[in-house]
Amino acid sequence: MARAQFAESQAEKMSRSGERMDEVEIDATNLSTRELNDRLRDLMQAGVESVVLRNVCGQRYIGTRLYSPEHRKMKIEIFGTPGNDLAAFLFGHEIIVHGNAQDGVGNTMDAGEIVVEGRAGDVLGFSMRGGKIFIRDNVGYRTALHMKEYEEKRPVLVVGGTSQDFLGEYMAGGIVILLGLGGKVHKGNFMGTGMHGGVIYLRGSIEASQVGGQVEISPLDDNDREILERYVSEFMSRFPDLGLNKDQILKDEFVRLSPRSKRPYGKLYAY
Amino acid sequence: MKSFVFPEFQIIRDEEKCGQCRGCERQCAFGTHSYDPVADRLISDPYKCAGCQRCVIFCPKDAIEIKPTPSFYRPNASWSREKLEDLKKQAETGGVILTGCGNDKPFRIYWDHIVLNASQVTNPSIDPLREPMELRTFLGAKPDYMDIKMDNGEMEIDTRVGPNLMVETPILFSAMSYGAISYNAFRSLATAACKSGTFFNTGEGGLPKEMRGEFGRCAIVQVASGRFGIDAEYLNCAAAVEIKVGQGAKPGIGGHLPGEKVSPAVAATRMIPTGTDAISPAPHHDIYSIEDLSMLIYALKEATNYEKPISVKIAAVHNFAAIGSGIVRAGADIIAIDGLRGGTGAAPKAIRDNVGIPIELAISSLDRRLKNEGIRNRASIIAAGGIRCSADIIKAIALGADAVYIGSAALIAMGCNLCQKCYTGKCNWGICTQDPRLEGRLNVDIASQRLSNLIHAWSHEVSEMLGGMGINALESLRGNRDHLRGVGLYEWELDVLGIKGAGE
Repeated sequence: MARAQFAESQAEKMSRSGERMDEVEIDATNLSTRELNDRLRDLMQAGVESVVLRNVCGQRYIGTRLYSPEHRKMKIEIFGTPGNDLAAFLFGHEIIVHGNAQDGVGNTMDAGEIVVEGRAGDVLGFSMRGGKIFIRDNVGYRTALHMKEYEEKRPVLVVGGTSQDFLGEYMAGGIVILLGLGGKVHKGNFMGTGMHGGVIYLRGSIEASQVGGQVEISPLDDNDREILERYVSEFMSRFPDLGLNKDQILKDEFVRLSPRSKRPYGKLYAY
Repeated sequence: MKSFVFPEFQIIRDEEKCGQCRGCERQCAFGTHSYDPVADRLISDPYKCAGCQRCVIFCPKDAIEIKPTPSFYRPNASWSREKLEDLKKQAETGGVILTGCGNDKPFRIYWDHIVLNASQVTNPSIDPLREPMELRTFLGAKPDYMDIKMDNGEMEIDTRVGPNLMVETPILFSAMSYGAISYNAFRSLATAACKSGTFFNTGEGGLPKEMRGEFGRCAIVQVASGRFGIDAEYLNCAAAVEIKVGQGAKPGIGGHLPGEKVSPAVAATRMIPTGTDAISPAPHHDIYSIEDLSMLIYALKEATNYEKPISVKIAAVHNFAAIGSGIVRAGADIIAIDGLRGGTGAAPKAIRDNVGIPIELAISSLDRRLKNEGIRNRASIIAAGGIRCSADIIKAIALGADAVYIGSAALIAMGCNLCQKCYTGKCNWGICTQDPRLEGRLNVDIASQRLSNLIHAWSHEVSEMLGGMGINALESLRGNRDHLRGVGLYEWELDVLGIKGAGE
């Protein structure tokens, strides 16, 4: 169906029912990235607040083109496998993926929430500054690189499994939690290299050789336990089917990775 | 540790003229001048002097002179004074030598070895005061061909042309971030750009929220490896988005704004905590290939609803023309190339002075490469790094650029004297500082007027030179190397530039 026809038919349906259409479905079969995102944008502008995408297969940038000066918000449910840069520059929308996600999820995301009922690829949450991401299984390389925070914006990433190398490199803010569920061991190297802000919590333990020189490994304090309690609860509420026991998880050993300094390169220069 | 480096400048105060007003003491943020109450006179510490000439220009009695010191190390062609002193500083601190502004080494400046043509007898020259001259330029992708539809004898263009930036004159302000430069300097650039029908570039420090409504339409907003201050609103308020991959002053490395410069206002614009180092990694960690670059280009096109041209800025380095071809094929609408002499607020001197290639050679190779591949129309070229006058601009365009970025030139218009101490944050001219006392010295109305004057003067000179060649539209000069000849250049240099020797 052509773009104009689609928008028109939706508008028609809306006027027929005489009320705002709350939920719309799009069959993404054979739609290009641009066509799919055209439709999402049209729906957002028509006031639709909830969309279900079926048969998604590799379409990129879902959620990226949904900026509106009025800051409209939308909930997008995805069935299938969305392509790279899912929710890049996300501006407050909510995305649920019933399946796996690929590389670049939440790239430079500002606000909103992403839930992936599966695994995610490399470069997850790159330069993310706000919002939350919950990944049920494992994630790839370069996760949470250069994550930031500013005042009330404090991004949160909770991963059920573990990550590959370079987790939290250059990290400047935010909270990353790897739960290592199902007995997953954290084997990633170069964690937190160049880290100068934010915090990483790992359930289980790691060797000192797995982290960068700017990182301090320490046990949790009460404040850390509070943070963990809150976000583990949120993680569990996103994945009720996992049947997790929160107390069981929280009583296990956790380690905290935090930066030794906010100014890792402060003494590099001769003036 | 006792430093073995002696002062670079000598400060000569004419005690006859000095009225002891202590103006020089207030003017110098480096603390060079002070009042000695015992001797009842002003004294100066040459070790602190940056040679910025602020005190000289603002002394009401013209009582101060700052000169290079006559002291010298034994002259040695291999061990210049700079080499000796840098080495000593490093022996004393173990640190990297940092500097500001562009490469000041005597690399050949090709602009000064290229001459322009003029009409004589066979085609008349054009007087821009009497006849219209077209300097207006469109920056962005142009279609391969235009479909024309005839409707009842009316002709209509049927091809959809992608977004283009319209500039009234081919001079844009280069990327200089708020944080590196002061708010007043940043705002002066924005004001002058809007007034002169051109664009300023935010650099990677974000665009203050209160400026978005008024100045967004003349802003090119940057997305760099640090991703500071970027949200959907920032991208959508602007006229264009630029992905910064590299910079002529420091190709291949990132940067960091030291925590001292991250004031609450800078922190709010970059959206990072106050007082932390703002670190821009060397690469974008989501771009490790041309395919990845394409992914970010299209992410930005999606984020801005395909309404804004996307530029990619790279430093001119070896083989960059092939990379440029990849950038065009990746979907960029504009390529900005920054040459060896491009400026910076802070760069390791070893990199600034040794990495990259001169912009003149770069423009010509990129233009030729894209033409040979038949994709020149798909992207515009903005040349940066070492544009000093209107003649440089017109030569850049004849070598194949669509427009130029000016950075150092714009700062000089506002008062900069290239003292190269930008990285100290103590700019006495109120340009490269976050100190409210120093920043207040730069008046936005006056500075923006100086910038607009410069754009006006250069545009007129460009028109004069164009008219002299018998050309009335800049478009007709673009890549038209027949109008250039080289003087004192080697054969290989003429070949790379694609121009003949003078007299040929």
